[in-house]
Amino acid sequence: MTKYAVETSDLCRDFKVRQVKGESKKSTVHALENANIQIKEGELFGLLGPNGAGKTTLIKILCTLLLPSSGTAKVMGHDVNTHCQDIRQKINMVSGGETSGYGLLTVRENLWMFSQFYGMPSKLAKRRIDNMLEIMDLSDKKDAKVRTLSTGQRQKANMIRGFMTDPDLIFLDEPTLGLDVNASRLIRDFIHKWMKDKPSRTVLLTTHYMVEAEELCDRVAIIDNGKVLACDTPHNLKKLISKESALKLQIKQIADVKPFESIPGVRNFSFKHDPTTGTTDLKFILEDEAIVADIISEIPKCGSKIISVEKTEPTLEDVFVALVGRGLHGDE
Amino acid sequence: MKFEEEYEKPSWMVMNMRTAFGRAYPRIIGVNREPSWVFFDTFFPILAIAAYIYVYTALQAPPQYLGYVVIGGAMTAYWMNVLWGMAAQLYWEKEMGNLELYMVAPISRMAIMAGMAIGGMFTSTVRAVTTILAGVFIFGITLTLEEPLMFIGIFIFTMTALYGMGMMFASLYMMWGREAWHMSNLLTEPIYLVSGFYFPVKGFQFLMGDPGFWLAVGASIIPVTLGLDGMRQCFFGPGDGFLPLWVELVCLIILTVIFLILARFSLSYMENLAKKEGRLTLKWQ
Repeated sequence: MTKYAVETSDLCRDFKVRQVKGESKKSTVHALENANIQIKEGELFGLLGPNGAGKTTLIKILCTLLLPSSGTAKVMGHDVNTHCQDIRQKINMVSGGETSGYGLLTVRENLWMFSQFYGMPSKLAKRRIDNMLEIMDLSDKKDAKVRTLSTGQRQKANMIRGFMTDPDLIFLDEPTLGLDVNASRLIRDFIHKWMKDKPSRTVLLTTHYMVEAEELCDRVAIIDNGKVLACDTPHNLKKLISKESALKLQIKQIADVKPFESIPGVRNFSFKHDPTTGTTDLKFILEDEAIVADIISEIPKCGSKIISVEKTEPTLEDVFVALVGRGLHGDE
Repeated sequence: MKFEEEYEKPSWMVMNMRTAFGRAYPRIIGVNREPSWVFFDTFFPILAIAAYIYVYTALQAPPQYLGYVVIGGAMTAYWMNVLWGMAAQLYWEKEMGNLELYMVAPISRMAIMAGMAIGGMFTSTVRAVTTILAGVFIFGITLTLEEPLMFIGIFIFTMTALYGMGMMFASLYMMWGREAWHMSNLLTEPIYLVSGFYFPVKGFQFLMGDPGFWLAVGASIIPVTLGLDGMRQCFFGPGDGFLPLWVELVCLIILTVIFLILARFSLSYMENLAKKEGRLTLKWQ
């Protein structure tokens, strides 16, 4: 029988908010609407969604920091409404941009303090902290005061805080938010290795970064406006739109692109002139790959020449755009 | 990564004791880390008691009044710590992003609060001892402990009741946020007056008769009122005492029980309410 680390059923969470400051009338915001998610033990599960999609609300409910308005949620087999203490013994959480701890303590002291909240024997905690500081490439900062750390160093320390208690399930809420490429890479590698070394460990990761979700996650749920729109492996999610083909062409600049719009089977068409190079970039989303021939044959008729042709595979971002109707940052 | 050493989960009691010590640590170590705090925390209170000592000396008040001022000045450290450190602590922890990590940890919230209280008591004791030393060495006050056992009992229960009250306030501050700061302001100077920080509360009876007595009874809800009076009696005898020493000790024990129970329930109630309303971890509320 499959063991689930997380199981939610018709999970809803509403917030009452004042629309105008000082006004007594409150409106209801549905942060989560009938969310149904099942995360197997040993799975690295991603939640992908724009700001305000409901990712953090879901994590806070699962971490026992927030009560659901309706529906049920179970973490490691325990109900979040009634068995908070059982859940807390098995979980931990790390958020991106977290500023936890006390600035006047050193990194090592801060981590030790948090280890005490999980009942770790002091000597063992210190050994484990030293070991993890080395893995996270932070050993040289162990005696530095927390307030002197850079954002990346601070986030590495946060990761140690979350992982040093060796939780069965860890919630990572945008753990690489605002980090540079190297720090993000180190954190991603760490997560990957942590999962690999003990297969029963489970991670629920929320992220803004498609590459991160694609690289790390066994399965991904796409969430928007509190609703889970799709949930599957990145490969299967991409298959949702793989019938469509994306084609990019660079041709010698032309004045009129209208003939391309009217080619049957072209679902989406965009172009961009580049006067400096004297070229035009064309981008097509096609219903069928067979239409490529029709497009190629149209180019000489327009008095132009092909400079380059590129057929692109759908990415998780394309899936996201197709499902949500806009890009992750809401501006596409 | 594999952790080579596994550890057995400790008992509930051990876990919470480790938690309390862990949370007390930043405050205890903070005393050494920030020498400027030590200076300001000790120098300014000495100025305040100096004013009263000079006034009483100029008025040729009985010598024990100078001792009352010194003991009152020492207790100011604890009262200020309860109001501005203890009560506002959960609010600050929320602002700093620590509160949700405390709430996610598998421990009693009271253990966290106890850690804050122990740490706060330690820093306040540094300040209180400095005030007493200043009284003895700068102003030449003579302090002779006449009732050492009673003093220990009175001090312990005053501290427990006082910090229990602080824990109860902490839950309220967490819910009310900045609004609760007005309460701290309200409870600073008026409590100095009604709790008799710089004079014995029995003085109200001399001034106002029966209403003065009842004013002192009302002020006794604040544990520091009876604590201060009791400690003064332990040093200078019962002459200016408000109630018999043993009655004050019993009252302080009762206040300790009441405030700890109230702290426990208010913390639990506020946590549930905050989880329902989503206010537990949201900042700037």
